[in-house]
Amino acid sequence: MNSESISNYLFTNARIIDPSQNMDFVGDLLVKDGTIAAAGQSIEAPQDTMAFDLKGKWLVPGLLDMHVHLREPGEEYKETIESGTSAAIAGGFKAVACMPNTQPVNDSAGITRFIIEKARSSDRAKVYPIAAITLGQRGEQLTEFGDLLNAGAIAFSDDGLPVKNAAVMRQALEYALNFDALIISHSEELDLSRGGVMNEGRVSNILGLKGIPAAAEEIAVFRDIALAELTGGRIHIAHLSTKGSVEIVRQAKNRGVRVTVETAPHYFSLTEKAVFGYNTFSKMSPPLRTEEDRLAIIQGLKDGTIDVIATDHAPHSVIEKECEFQTAANGIIGLETAIPLSLNLVRDGSISASQMIRCMSVSPSKILEVPEGSLKSGNSADICIIDPEAIFTLTLESLHSLSHNSPFLGKDLQGRAVLTLIEGRPVFDPTGILSIPKANQGT
Amino acid sequence: MNCFTAQHILGIYSLSPDEITFILDTAESLKDILQRPIKKVPPLRGKTVVHLFFEPSTRTRLSFELAAKRLSADTVSISANTSSVLKGETLIDTARNIEAMRPDVIVMRHPQTGTPHLLTKYVKSAVINAGDGTNEHPSQALLDVFTVRQHLGHIDNLKVAILGDIIHSRVAHSDIMAFTKMGAKVVVSGPATMLPSRQSEILGAKVVLKMEDALEYADVIIALRIQKERQGQSLIPSLREYSLFFGLTPDKVKLAKTGALIMHPGPINRGVEMAPEVADGPYSVILDQVTNGVAIRMALLSLLLTKS
Ligand SMILES: [Zn+2]
Repeated sequence: MNSESISNYLFTNARIIDPSQNMDFVGDLLVKDGTIAAAGQSIEAPQDTMAFDLKGKWLVPGLLDMHVHLREPGEEYKETIESGTSAAIAGGFKAVACMPNTQPVNDSAGITRFIIEKARSSDRAKVYPIAAITLGQRGEQLTEFGDLLNAGAIAFSDDGLPVKNAAVMRQALEYALNFDALIISHSEELDLSRGGVMNEGRVSNILGLKGIPAAAEEIAVFRDIALAELTGGRIHIAHLSTKGSVEIVRQAKNRGVRVTVETAPHYFSLTEKAVFGYNTFSKMSPPLRTEEDRLAIIQGLKDGTIDVIATDHAPHSVIEKECEFQTAANGIIGLETAIPLSLNLVRDGSISASQMIRCMSVSPSKILEVPEGSLKSGNSADICIIDPEAIFTLTLESLHSLSHNSPFLGKDLQGRAVLTLIEGRPVFDPTGILSIPKANQGT
Repeated sequence: MNCFTAQHILGIYSLSPDEITFILDTAESLKDILQRPIKKVPPLRGKTVVHLFFEPSTRTRLSFELAAKRLSADTVSISANTSSVLKGETLIDTARNIEAMRPDVIVMRHPQTGTPHLLTKYVKSAVINAGDGTNEHPSQALLDVFTVRQHLGHIDNLKVAILGDIIHSRVAHSDIMAFTKMGAKVVVSGPATMLPSRQSEILGAKVVLKMEDALEYADVIIALRIQKERQGQSLIPSLREYSLFFGLTPDKVKLAKTGALIMHPGPINRGVEMAPEVADGPYSVILDQVTNGVAIRMALLSLLLTKS
């Protein structure tokens, strides 16, 4: 621990946004001994405290991305826990929850402990491992939920290889009740999507690619909700992408089903048209959908049907992406583009700044039952400072991830994290917000 | 001469009606060569055409090779079973290796959609798509349009019926776009498992479930080759059932205009998608399509290679 970097800070003139307390005002926030000491209109700087004028930049609770793929163990050429958590803090995230489709699959306490240990020694963002629902993600035999939870697993998911057998999914939801564990479902009817590489519709006709109908997702979303209703289990549905799915979830929530859902920034930023030119950086699962779907996803975020924005950060090397479209792997990186893409929705008035932060901090921490994303006094000083105006070009050099499979590569994006604090420690400070006064202090 | 600017022939999608007309006119002028006793002219002497086929094909490949030879180009053929692809080399490595040998044109067939488009990013030579996955087969569509123009004198305002597996057929996709761009009305029909779901239109063609609606007053009928299975999925109960309900029989042909042209990209499953009497009937132009295929491919090669 570089304890020498733990200091007391007073951030002044910040737009403090904390949906957990319904706060959104311009004022000051004091960090003392790694915790949040106070927030208010105007705070006097106590002794031994460095003050920083944020000039209206946003100060929000540290963000949590509950859906990432860190690729370690097994595919360290795509990403490691160290590089992935570097990308996380650069994207403003204090913590990530990583999916179990590593090699080997995270289906045993040993792998879970390995991930936690690696994250601890990397000393960047906090990592919550999500363990597999079934051994080897084969969709047959449940993993040892109790043992995995004791080892530090935060939830269970067979993301990437959805549980095909409804009876097995039912079992998982039932067995999870004993531990009040969360099941995260990648909801996809595989028989219907098999062979498909993009959304089915006009664009797939033009490109001559086999399509994946929206129904492949919607059937599975409906199935998983029906099973949650049957069992009383707690389900979270990953990466919603279609209008129909949003409507199915909306109805389920109205009935009181214990279901929460997430979407990814690409589903509200792009449509199937991004596939033109056989751009493999636009290939993902579920696929990019139509403009109608995109608008329905935004509506879902607006009315609260969709709880969470998670990136589904899925690093792949050039080997998996610089090839035939059908051969190319699914997925894009997302940790370092989540803030600017979500800010687009705030800028165009689709959602409020509070809604954005709720979806990226408060809600995911509630769903995963981890320390809340909140600026309440006494809480650990996990803070993200965002410059919503900063314009930057996403380049190979600017990325902290080992991979660069992003459809936004080379594009100008607006808004980014300029400072990430975890437990009061600046873990990401590229522009040296905290370094100049520190130098002054040293004299 | 300036209306042809394309670097590659990747699909009908990216060709303008003017470019298509120009290709047809060029083919027209080259076609005479095929009737001569000595069927060889020198314009592509010293040029190299590589045929890179990742899928078995006898007809298209033979047609391209003949076209290149008639124009005096040197040709090399690489097929999937002899190529290094089976040894684990990636497509891009294969492409770079071939590029290092400085060919002038690469004619490519590949089972995956978009692969010729990918190839253009790694080679300096011109690329001709000889069929990519379920996407396009532009030279087939051009020879089809050429054949119709040869027999009926024009394309605009003709009604063209295309029957069979519309959604998975690269011939159907290229044909629809080519005939539509040239001003024809295209109507497609077949089993609903082979049509786009709940769409009344595909790539500019009208989609109808009743084959009769497609055939009625048609000037041209194109029947596609039927494959019972696609990626392990049965799209029709049996070939027998297909022939009974969707096969082109003399009775069905009667719904079309008298003298409507009968076409098929080959090879024909006789008695399945087309009755033998229809295939061999007086209005069948199926063998003309084969002859014209060489002329069209000669046109594509010479246009790409004699531009600058
Ligand atoms: Zn997934």
